[in-house]
Amino acid sequence: MSAVRTLVDLLAGRRAAATLAPREWDGVIGVARAEAMLATLACCVGEDDLPPSVAALFADQRAAAEVARGQALWEAEMARRALGSEGIEFVLLKGTAYAVAGLSCSDGRQIGDLDILVLALDIGRVENELLEAGWEWVKPDAYDDHYYREHMHELPPLIHKARDRMIDVHHTILPRTHRITPDALALVSDAVPTPGGFAVLCPTDMACHCAAHMIADGDLQGGLRNLWDFHCLTRDFVAADPGFWGKLDARADLHGLRAPVRRAARLARDLYGSILPSGWDGHDPGDIWYRRRLLARDDWGRATNFPLQQAFYIRSHWLRMPPMLLAQHLWTKWRKR
Amino acid sequence: MRYAARIAVGPVQFRIGSDWPEPVAALESLYAGYPKDPERTADATVRLFAARPWRRWLRPSVHIGGDFVVPDALPLPLSMGLLAAEMGMNLQVALGWRRHMLLHASAVARDGRAVVMSGESGSGKSTLAALLGEGDWRLMGDEFTLIDPVAGDALAFPRAISLKNEAIAEMAGRVDAARLGPLLAGTPKGDIRHLIPRADAIAAMHQPVRPALILFPRFGGEPAIEPMGEGEAFVRLTEASTNYIALGEAGFAALTRLVRTTPAFGIAYPDSASGIALVEQLWAEAVR
Repeated sequence: MSAVRTLVDLLAGRRAAATLAPREWDGVIGVARAEAMLATLACCVGEDDLPPSVAALFADQRAAAEVARGQALWEAEMARRALGSEGIEFVLLKGTAYAVAGLSCSDGRQIGDLDILVLALDIGRVENELLEAGWEWVKPDAYDDHYYREHMHELPPLIHKARDRMIDVHHTILPRTHRITPDALALVSDAVPTPGGFAVLCPTDMACHCAAHMIADGDLQGGLRNLWDFHCLTRDFVAADPGFWGKLDARADLHGLRAPVRRAARLARDLYGSILPSGWDGHDPGDIWYRRRLLARDDWGRATNFPLQQAFYIRSHWLRMPPMLLAQHLWTKWRKR
Repeated sequence: MRYAARIAVGPVQFRIGSDWPEPVAALESLYAGYPKDPERTADATVRLFAARPWRRWLRPSVHIGGDFVVPDALPLPLSMGLLAAEMGMNLQVALGWRRHMLLHASAVARDGRAVVMSGESGSGKSTLAALLGEGDWRLMGDEFTLIDPVAGDALAFPRAISLKNEAIAEMAGRVDAARLGPLLAGTPKGDIRHLIPRADAIAAMHQPVRPALILFPRFGGEPAIEPMGEGEAFVRLTEASTNYIALGEAGFAALTRLVRTTPAFGIAYPDSASGIALVEQLWAEAVR
């Protein structure tokens, strides 16, 4: 069995860590690193069943993830200090939000940039406050700046000059030019407070955003991690509210995200064993391409199936922009090479 | 991958995959005397690969990949495949290792205590360590020294020593030719030839030692010793550490303890003999 499948089986709990031969771990660890999921795996498997060297490596990973979580939460606090004093409200997204809300997918989860969502009308003030508080532009390129501001769902990335950490300021969850336009106002106005005094998306929106980010926006790079988020989020939310799937359906409809949410759910079932309600538990012949893309990694951690990668890459652009605009964008980028 | 080697250096088990047999054969001969445990899982993966299939044969150029990669890193010609492997291994340790605080420093040990030598490329830290390691010191490593954040001990990472330029001739006259790797001439880092550490240094690589002395060598100028305050040593070592920030509070605690309990000096030396004399002199004072 391929290492990536073994990784997925370990995460899903279909295979016990004790059944792996020591050398089988080589590929699993390599693939998990490539998918930024090694610490997630380390948090998932029982410590007793591991060869000593794997147990030691996993202990390192868990400890490092704990430090990284603390650093990510500190960034959120820094954003609060920069924006809160001006009375600007923001909603935490993705990894930082999962950590702040104490959701199970945050165990060992790598958190890259700080992602926040603000109302579109606040975006100028947010920009000013962050610049005043020491963040600066990463890409001082006029076209890229224009591209982000005209077409994207976020400001160009900012990086803090002292702490070297990035912040992505979103005003919605999909590019402006995307075929789907989620209800950004609803996202912000229905956000929920966390015990630490931050705001995160409400459970249904969190699942919608996760699915939108994975299925409707990118080219499925890092898809196994995003799908794991979706699997854990829905599992946590169903445990707290048995009516969650029904509410998720309604909310996905509001945002125009029914198809991506449904697909994410089916993929989470196929790979991680999510339990879906009857109405969701169907099959779509197109899913096979997504599964293949998600599992396209060899035992050395290398991405495989280049044509499929390319196809998903082109698809992601196709979804993000209307054809003429896309052609214009690609032409400009190509000339600037 | 088509060709693969497994190498354990200090606490790190590597697996190195390659599209060509040559780098793997070179590694296996260089690391033949290192302990091997075929049952042990790899902590880190290095990949040496051709960016396009035909570049395996046509002007073969070795790209360095693995768990961690440096974007835009230039490939090396196949004749320097061994250097590519070394760079790949260093990269995985520098960016991926979390169990210990990593110092970009060489180290030698005697009587269970270590001298840690930190400096830029060209400071002579490698050569000093190699020379001391041929005397009555145990070579711990010429590139990385690992500090246990809990116990404060130094741990060895005795990879094959990377001798550069003038150091090659200096060492070649002193050691058995069987301990030298092939000469890699005209690499981006100059001429390089690897020296296999002595068998006793490899056998003792898992033994932790207490740091007794921190030196910041500088090659050139009159022999000089400059005592260094804790603050300066701390700042210099944060710069010399590849994972200080990633370790968070544990890194801070480990480094503060290290500089508080270990005397530090800057040393300048015009030639190897005076460099060694300075190390011996400061050592005698430190362990007294």
